Amino acid sequence: MSLPSLRPDLARYAREIADIARAAGLDFFETRFEMVDFDTMQEIAAYGGFPQRYPHWRFGMEYEKLRKQHVYGLGKIYEMVINNDPCYAYLVNDNSTVDQKLVMAHVYAHCDFFKNNYWFSKTNRKMMDEMANHATRIRRHIDRYGSDRVERFIDTCVSIDNLIDPHAPFMQRTPPREEERRGVSPEREVEQDIVRYKSKPYLESWINPPAETSKQREALLAERERKKHKLPPQPMRDVLQFFMENAPLEDWEADILSMIREEAYYYAPQGQTKIMNEGWATFWHSRLMTTRILQDDEIITYADHHSGTVHMPPGQLNPYKIGVELFRDIEDRWNKGRFGKEYDECKSMEEKRKWDKKLGLGMEKVFEVRRIYNDVTFIDEFLTPEFVDRFRMYHYRFDPSTRRMVVVNRDFDKIKAQMLFMLTNHAQPYLYVLDGNYANRGELYLGHKHHGVDLDIKYAVETLKNVQRLWRRPVHLQALINDEMVLFSYDGEQSQQQKLHGDMPPPAHAV
Amino acid sequence: MFLKINKDHQRFRQIVKGKIRDDLRKFLTRGELIGKEGKHLISIPVRGIDLPHFRYGDNNDGGVGAGDAQVGDPVDSGDGDAGPGGTQPGSHIMEVEVTLDELADILGEELKLPRIKPKGQHTITAEKDRYSGIRTSGPESLRHFKRTFRAALRRQLIAGTYDPKNPIIVPVRSDRRYRSWKTVLKPQSNAVILYMMDVSGSMGDEQKELVRLEAFWIDAWLRRNYEGIESRYIVHDVRAAEVNRQTFFTIREDGGTKISSAFKLAKSVIDTHYNPAEWNVYMFHFSDGDNSSESDSRECCRLLKETMLPQINLFGYCQVASAYGSGNFINVIHEHLDSEENVITSRVNTKDDIYDSLKAFFTAGR
Repeated sequence: MSLPSLRPDLARYAREIADIARAAGLDFFETRFEMVDFDTMQEIAAYGGFPQRYPHWRFGMEYEKLRKQHVYGLGKIYEMVINNDPCYAYLVNDNSTVDQKLVMAHVYAHCDFFKNNYWFSKTNRKMMDEMANHATRIRRHIDRYGSDRVERFIDTCVSIDNLIDPHAPFMQRTPPREEERRGVSPEREVEQDIVRYKSKPYLESWINPPAETSKQREALLAERERKKHKLPPQPMRDVLQFFMENAPLEDWEADILSMIREEAYYYAPQGQTKIMNEGWATFWHSRLMTTRILQDDEIITYADHHSGTVHMPPGQLNPYKIGVELFRDIEDRWNKGRFGKEYDECKSMEEKRKWDKKLGLGMEKVFEVRRIYNDVTFIDEFLTPEFVDRFRMYHYRFDPSTRRMVVVNRDFDKIKAQMLFMLTNHAQPYLYVLDGNYANRGELYLGHKHHGVDLDIKYAVETLKNVQRLWRRPVHLQALINDEMVLFSYDGEQSQQQKLHGDMPPPAHAV
Repeated sequence: MFLKINKDHQRFRQIVKGKIRDDLRKFLTRGELIGKEGKHLISIPVRGIDLPHFRYGDNNDGGVGAGDAQVGDPVDSGDGDAGPGGTQPGSHIMEVEVTLDELADILGEELKLPRIKPKGQHTITAEKDRYSGIRTSGPESLRHFKRTFRAALRRQLIAGTYDPKNPIIVPVRSDRRYRSWKTVLKPQSNAVILYMMDVSGSMGDEQKELVRLEAFWIDAWLRRNYEGIESRYIVHDVRAAEVNRQTFFTIREDGGTKISSAFKLAKSVIDTHYNPAEWNVYMFHFSDGDNSSESDSRECCRLLKETMLPQINLFGYCQVASAYGSGNFINVIHEHLDSEENVITSRVNTKDDIYDSLKAFFTAGR
């Protein structure tokens, strides 16, 4: 798509603000601003930030939402920035110059975050090209197999695109294959696992009777033999990958599934760092704007828009607001030395209030935080009782008697636990493939790891149908519902659910 | 302007309208159609298609908020979904505040207007003003105070005459901002809607809630599109009575059911006040379909067929599910009046069915 180039004055501001941001310590990819009208902006936003996506109705749905939001004056999109090298950012052409400056400062901080935060380190930095390639590949499949067929398959894949393992890029989940484990034979390994008690050589055969050790040896070898044929070798969270390796997919289907999986992994860190990412960008735009960039006559418009960004309606948490305040809090605490054993153990509130060791470590600390934390660890580490108190945060729950959400308490531990729960796995349930050959019938067995909240039954039943569409053999889902283990099944024609009981064959693994 | 996304958007609209991909219809989200009635402000979620995902059930967990609430206070907008997250940028839970008129428009994207015929003395279109813009000149009564203040504040800041210690803002002529309007044309016609509701013992609160919603939307939809529509309300058990709107929506009575009583009263209302030569007549009847006797059901059909249907534009019958009752009336109607063009029936079991019911009533453009 050809876009008009940036107005000369804005290009100058972009250069100036980049210099200011760099001087303040931000480190970002080359950033390219593009000027678009609001309609194009909505299109790009609906496409998840990219100018090229494959055809699918859900982008149209997103577009309609954004349009209505705009038409009814409920908010408009000021900025859009893509994690890519170079970073692409969009400016809306009818915004005032102050807004454009604010967006630029905000964008540079986002780029800095993309480039330096560890959770983004494994993302594809050429995603702009990759997305365009995906679009081309899917269009080609559409030409060959028909749009209806391809669209239905995409629907099926999108329905389970949250079944990925966001931590997988950072670690080796499966142990290396047999032949890759050089040197150690399975027999040798088993020898190490046999329980032997310490003994003098002449007592050996009494303390560790050979009959007992050989029994153990056989049991261990048999166990290994069984495991070898287990599919998957251990419970697997990346259900999409399991399908790519094991489901009977046609080539074009596997290709589409791989693209959707790739995109899901690309977006995962953005879900993992929502509070931090927006907090960081807000932290920097407010600092740079108010100290270096703004002209006198721009302050009112700036303040108006900034306050809109960080406004927090009752009953909701605005990630911009929580994030920016936590970063400011961290800076302040590390500047004044309000951390560590000595501070934590200080009993005098008066002393704590006046605590200032003039350490000046604040800036260093916020940069460290932006490098290694994600939302979960960020809240876990830096949400303090003082902070909760200062922002009058509370914990609310569903009250069965009034059938409404009501404020339950202002207890720090509860609030923190609740926030962490909402952030963990970005509020998605944990599901695992437990068996790919259940009851030796080639059926798929999924399990939900219960963390205190049940799955939504209606959704689970419908989603399971999509799982079956990919697996083609019957599929099962084990989940704890109202304190009872339930097995949901779908065989391609009928859905059923039953309580789990002892007579059923167990899956290869347990959650 | 052409955008690539228009194609995706078109496809989405077609799915919503039910033209393609019927398998996705069941994932359509429409939520509550009605939020609050007071002050004509209604909050609606925007329509979408919710592809199923494995997700947590509602209502089990709470959330975290901030503000001055006391323990025990309800959290107004708290719906348990306040958790941050989601991987798509810019995807928010949309609770949109729109006026009733706008809402009827949204609804209307998929409904067809009944073809109200020009009858009687009145003209068919009327002009109406809508305030939608801002300009720098206009009558003082339309001055937009906030915009004016802003413009003045801005000017004073730039000019350096603003003193934060003594923040007096004096707007001058060029600061003033006024609301401006657009004139739109609205079709106008003589039409009357007769709402009839069964309030016998078998209609519980839940059933009445459904009826209330359905009638509310019929009303909103027609009023939005036509000026000068009259509404009459009739309730009945074994006897029928004409009531006002307020009573219609709140009344709870006991007793048996004799549907023909309502039809007789409706007929006399039409005969005395609404000459079919001058008026378009729409009748909607809501019931759980549990009439006292088969013979009365047949009597109803006879009444409709012989005396009423030839004169009115539409008879809509909407049957709500009831825990009691046989719900047989709808079958009787089908049996006797299947050949009549201006009879439409629909069943409403849950709130989700209301929309489909409205579509049934308003697709043909009668």
